[in-house]
Amino acid sequence: MGILQPLEGNMAVAEAMRQINPDVVAAYPITPSTEIVQTFATFVADGKVDTNYVAVESEHSAMSACTAAAAAGGRVMNATSANGLALMWEILYITASLRLPVMLTVVNRALSGNINIHCDHSDTMGARDAGWIQLYAENVQESYDNLIQAVAIGERMDVRLPVMSCLDGFLVSHSYELLEVEDDDAVREWVGPYKPNRPLLDIENPYTVGPLDLYDFYMEHKRSQWEAYPTAMQAVIEEGKRFGDAFGRHYGLMETVELDDADIAIVALGSAAGTAKDVVEQLRDQGVKAGLLKLRCFRPFPGEQIAAALAGRKAVCVMDRAASFGAGTGPLYHEIAAAMYGAGHAVPIQNIIYGLGGRMLRPEEIETVFRDLVQIAESGKVTETCKWLGVRE
Amino acid sequence: MKHYPPDAKWHEMADAGIIPQAGNAREYDVSGWRSEHPVRDAECCIQCLFCWVYCPDSSVIIKDEKVVAFDPVHCKGCGICAQVCPKQCITMEPGGEMPQE
Ligand code: SF4
Ligand code: SF4
Repeated sequence: MGILQPLEGNMAVAEAMRQINPDVVAAYPITPSTEIVQTFATFVADGKVDTNYVAVESEHSAMSACTAAAAAGGRVMNATSANGLALMWEILYITASLRLPVMLTVVNRALSGNINIHCDHSDTMGARDAGWIQLYAENVQESYDNLIQAVAIGERMDVRLPVMSCLDGFLVSHSYELLEVEDDDAVREWVGPYKPNRPLLDIENPYTVGPLDLYDFYMEHKRSQWEAYPTAMQAVIEEGKRFGDAFGRHYGLMETVELDDADIAIVALGSAAGTAKDVVEQLRDQGVKAGLLKLRCFRPFPGEQIAAALAGRKAVCVMDRAASFGAGTGPLYHEIAAAMYGAGHAVPIQNIIYGLGGRMLRPEEIETVFRDLVQIAESGKVTETCKWLGVRE
Repeated sequence: MKHYPPDAKWHEMADAGIIPQAGNAREYDVSGWRSEHPVRDAECCIQCLFCWVYCPDSSVIIKDEKVVAFDPVHCKGCGICAQVCPKQCITMEPGGEMPQE
């Protein structure tokens, strides 16, 4: 049985890491994720885990060490944010290409400049093509639950991919919440022991990892990596169900609120979805048929499932907590608009960019988004595809 | 499978771009990369082995602790051996052809 504990997002993540007891953590601290590795380092010092904790000199080294340790045959975890993730960039692609299930908690923070330590999704959105699975948490409970599931998803022998478990900087990482922390043994049993796939330290069976790979074979290797993502999406669904069966909290690719009969709907990631839930309920009380699609799994991108869920709405708004500069819209909008077009659904879609660098998203603002959607549903037209919300104009 | 044939399909290969054997670089013929090749004047050579130490491709062949030849399959013609030779006994000659020894 789990017990209810008041914990901050970062502490809940550190707690999940303690329960998972990885072989190696190689980390370099960065706000707002510092507390995760700091708390975990005390677990190591107090002998509560068997982890080999490597204090490295940069995030580039951190991810290099993590990737190497995973190739050697260890279960490996790490945490970072924003500029730290950016410094890992080169290695992120290699970890995924080598099919190594490294678990990285990303506490989402604005990627400079100017320098800012608060939440937006510019860090992980930029890393969306690196080949990592990405799960986004709405609150502290989900941050804890997602990391435990991430291990099971990424380590599945038919998946073998690294996972970013994302939570909103400060909004979730530094917010206290009463969450259910499961029993240590139950978590360990649910996750299971680590089974390395061809560990490099198996000196009886040497092989070559990460060799020069040119025009004659590289494309076949990328094609083979491509094949892992539909399987990974299936694993997200199956492990979400298995987790729910064990602990009572079921997860899937997305969560919907009042969506089935909604005329107008918002799509959001992370903590904004929590605020939007309240607004949806208020509007429902007023007779407005509002709904919400909270996307949990952004990579692999469940385009078909999203399109099916949004089909039949009269107007949709995709909320982006990141700007894709030069694209004219945010990254989540691109993918959802493409998925809707591909599925043949001609639903008008508004794009909103909000919350950059920790700018507060208030319920009244979400309500104005829904009010605008009522207009769009009536006219069938989006006058301005991308609007900025909460900016002084 | 020891070697993937050049027409191997993506699903016929090990995942993650690994090569299922270790140390098989020696099976890779890079002689075609050479536009120049090293020629050593054996009379001039004092057998200091600098060229052997510095060759990035382990292509200076040693027998009984003495330089005897260059490896025609793996020498890339980079010219480092010629640069480091303290007696300047190695000349880079034009062309990739090297005597097979
Ligand atoms: S030319 Fe370069 S590769 Fe060839 S033997 Fe000399 S140092 Fe080695
Ligand atoms: S560096 Fe020059 S002198 Fe020394 S072993 Fe090589 S060829 Fe001979």
